[in-house]
Amino acid sequence: MTACPFRFQDHDFIARPSGALFWPAQNALVVADLHLGKSGRMARRGGALLPPFETRATLERLGAELQDSAAARLICLGDSFDDDRAIAELGTERALLEQICAQHQTLWITGNHDPAPEHLPGLVAQDWHEAGLTLRHIAGDGPDISGHYHPKLRLAGQRLPAFLIGAVHLIVPAFGAYTGGLDHDAPALAALVPQGRAIVTGAAARMVPLPLPPQKRAGAARRWSARR
Amino acid sequence: MPAFDHTSPNDLPAPLARWFAAQNWAPHPHQVQMLQATGNALLIAPTGGGKTLAGFLATLAAACRGDMGAGLHTLYVSPLKALTYDIGRNLARPVADLGLSCRIEDRTGDTSATRRARQRVDPPHVLLTTPESLALMLSYPEAPKIFGSLLRVVIDEIHALAESKRGDQLMLCLSRLRRLAPQMQVAGLSATVENPAALAQFMGGAEIVIAHPGPAPDIAMLPTTATPPWSGAGGAYAARDVMRAIADARLTLVFINTRAQAELFFQALWAVNDDNLPIGLHHGSLSREARRRVEGAMADGALRAVVATGSLDLGLDWGDVDLVIQIGAPKNIKRLVQRIGRANHRFDTPSRARIVPANRFEVLECIAALQAVEAQELDGDGRAPVGGLDVLCQHMLLLACAAPIDADALFAEVTRAGPYAGLTRADFDACLDFVATGGYALRAYDRWQRLVLREGLWHLRDPRAARAIRMNLGTIVAPELLSVRRGPRGGAPLGEIEESFAAALSPGDTFLIGGQTVRYDRLRDMIVEVTPQPAREPKIAVFNGLKMATSTELSARVLALIGDRAAWAALPCHIRDWLALQDRIACLPQPGTMTCESFQRGGRWYFALYSFAGRNANQTLGLLLTHRMERDALAPLGFVATDYATLIWGLEPVRDPAPLLDPEGLRAGLQDWLAENAMMKRSFRAVATVAGLIQRNLPGARTSGKQATFSSDILYDTLRKYDPEHVLLKITQAESMRGLADFGRIEEMLRTRAQIVHSMAPHVTPFAAPLMLEAGRIPIRGAGSARLLEDEAARMMAEAGLTLEDVGAKTQA
Repeated sequence: MTACPFRFQDHDFIARPSGALFWPAQNALVVADLHLGKSGRMARRGGALLPPFETRATLERLGAELQDSAAARLICLGDSFDDDRAIAELGTERALLEQICAQHQTLWITGNHDPAPEHLPGLVAQDWHEAGLTLRHIAGDGPDISGHYHPKLRLAGQRLPAFLIGAVHLIVPAFGAYTGGLDHDAPALAALVPQGRAIVTGAAARMVPLPLPPQKRAGAARRWSARR
Repeated sequence: MPAFDHTSPNDLPAPLARWFAAQNWAPHPHQVQMLQATGNALLIAPTGGGKTLAGFLATLAAACRGDMGAGLHTLYVSPLKALTYDIGRNLARPVADLGLSCRIEDRTGDTSATRRARQRVDPPHVLLTTPESLALMLSYPEAPKIFGSLLRVVIDEIHALAESKRGDQLMLCLSRLRRLAPQMQVAGLSATVENPAALAQFMGGAEIVIAHPGPAPDIAMLPTTATPPWSGAGGAYAARDVMRAIADARLTLVFINTRAQAELFFQALWAVNDDNLPIGLHHGSLSREARRRVEGAMADGALRAVVATGSLDLGLDWGDVDLVIQIGAPKNIKRLVQRIGRANHRFDTPSRARIVPANRFEVLECIAALQAVEAQELDGDGRAPVGGLDVLCQHMLLLACAAPIDADALFAEVTRAGPYAGLTRADFDACLDFVATGGYALRAYDRWQRLVLREGLWHLRDPRAARAIRMNLGTIVAPELLSVRRGPRGGAPLGEIEESFAAALSPGDTFLIGGQTVRYDRLRDMIVEVTPQPAREPKIAVFNGLKMATSTELSARVLALIGDRAAWAALPCHIRDWLALQDRIACLPQPGTMTCESFQRGGRWYFALYSFAGRNANQTLGLLLTHRMERDALAPLGFVATDYATLIWGLEPVRDPAPLLDPEGLRAGLQDWLAENAMMKRSFRAVATVAGLIQRNLPGARTSGKQATFSSDILYDTLRKYDPEHVLLKITQAESMRGLADFGRIEEMLRTRAQIVHSMAPHVTPFAAPLMLEAGRIPIRGAGSARLLEDEAARMMAEAGLTLEDVGAKTQA
């Protein structure tokens, strides 16, 4: 898997194709918006009965990323749980989570979905200052690293989760399995990162400039011009 | 109302007979037979055979005798909203003239909420509705009261319903109705079909009544001044010729296969409408108001022509139509015959129809179709052995909204429905388990319960869920549609376009809708806001209509026509030249051989395979072949399938197709690609929506927020990884095997056409050119697309004057 290194606020980072952010100087893996327990919360609220496997899927992926990056620390940027009750309802996945936290010093930043998480192994904080940067759920006074928006970007016909890297904000894509996304040029995101770079994730991490230069609309354009 | 006479209930009452006589009308034998049928009956009659009246005679007779009773007497179900509107108008006349006490109302998705609420408490004598509205009514606790008095059910255009999941749903509803009203009689009304017995079985058994087929139609190609273009599907080249034919006729129906084509052709017609003849447009993307206006104007005789898609395909009774023009290849002989029948709704005069092929391929198909009509050879289509299980899941949920479910009783009820006669108890139980708890291997917690078992009955755990279940009703999973409105804030609705089309628009782009060119301004609250731009040349409106596969019979006829030089005499001169040119540049497909070619264009290698196996089988073939090409490092980027061919493009050339087409290898690859291709995911999305796993995105219920939607692809991947035996995966697999045409059609093709003929053409060939312009491309996310992503990202960085060196060298993590 090809990762993509970049600099933000004079710090070196590596954007991993999984959507996790590795911070070598702090030996930390940073992830956002795990939304563990999403299917459970939806079922509990009388919504759709989604396959109850996303917590396991997300934790297994997270475990693999931690091992692969050899990070000693794990920082979760909020909305780690789809709500605070989801922690109590972890069930058999609790063991997976405990194992991760036992092997890595874990910091849980709170999010709008999980404002007051209880009984978690590791440290819980609303925001966290480290090496001149603030780590928080929703971007605020920069320079900061945050999640919340689940940024996505369309490139060559695909819509992919993406890191957005502006002058003062670094926004990390959602790591959880059942998470949608917001286009990078939606007003909320465009206001935070009007220009800079984005790194799309997926099979490999690839950097593109922001705002995007016009893209070729391959198939569509050819079709439309056909009748002229 | 007192009885007027004392004849048997199966005869036409005298006042009704007198009224018909006054209209210069005498009943056809098959109409009398339908009136006299004592049990369920299925009428097979050509268009113009008075089918609908045959279905309603018994109801009108009962009304004449004053036998309507209180409550609902007759339920009429049609696949089209437009039909219910039309039938209501036609029935109203005798009822008014004879002063009958018979209240007739329609009920569709378009009916107002207040009226629907009233109908639940106080149903009319005759209710005209659609399968979806019927299913909705059956989900209300009042259903037994509404339908308990039911004596007759009339199902119109049952041949069309039987072809889709809507038919499965309707038959399940019919089974429920039989339980609520055991005394009721069902009349099925069908156009000409090749296998009436199968259709009778579909409706749960019925006496078959076959009407006289009427005189042979007068059908031919429309002579055109220009030759058809090499490619394209719009038929615009023939606009003037069609205009002339319209001017010479009283009322013309112009059928065209997709909505986008209808818009374009409508515009092309108006451009040459020098006499300003009143011409209307009718298709499913238009707003309800616009459709009703055209239907009304047509019935009033105010129009000279209507350009329509499948939305007007079925039996609206327009007596004045004297010419049908089919633009584009008909794809299916049966459908062509039914469309032809729309001209001259009189039983004794031949229908007049003209066909306009849209391109040169279609000339071949049109000529083959004409030959088939002359030979009276209809195409058959195999039905699945058991109806859709996703439809069954939805049905269970809807019934649970009405009342708690007794599993044994429901199983007995469901297996009485024709399509589900062969349903196993195991499959039934799997569906019920899914509906109740999600049916996951990881037996979860009590919160994973939609239905709970109490005292032997399955209850809805949370009655509030009923609303969401009802909102999700329906078996058609269309692409997401966005409403188009004029101007900012509450402008007039113009129609709907597909979300993917809207997403490709930039402010200032123009497209066609409702026959006018509009400029895209913005997307707000999931509404597309536009400004009319009368003078601008539009982009084409790419909202796809129904795409049918050319039937096996018709495909075989086309291939035989190409392969037999003696038969070329029937072809126009320009087609003969075209075939000869293809023969010279590459190779001409022949029965018995599998013809394919490779060529390069614009930095891509193309591989065209002329299988003539129909769109669905070709799509399967495209998936299988690209899968193998990916393995062989040919870096395929995508493919497109038409009825005649599969065209694959990629970064490397196919020089020897034999290993790709090896049947053993294809068979082995089948299981692999079933697992992970985009087609399966598309299928899964439809199945998961119908079965109620994911909610339909309804207008208003959707926000543009970040977590509003998540991709069903992820659910599919998760299920495959953690619960591969899940019932929805099984349904998806069965479905796509069928939906993409069974592998059998490909195997047969490989067997009967074992000799592979491959040519390396110097450039795009005359046969391949039309394929290059086809819509509906399937991208392959493999090594090829990764290379393109890489290139695109690099190009953008370079264009922005950035290099990766700015930020440190690329490393392997």
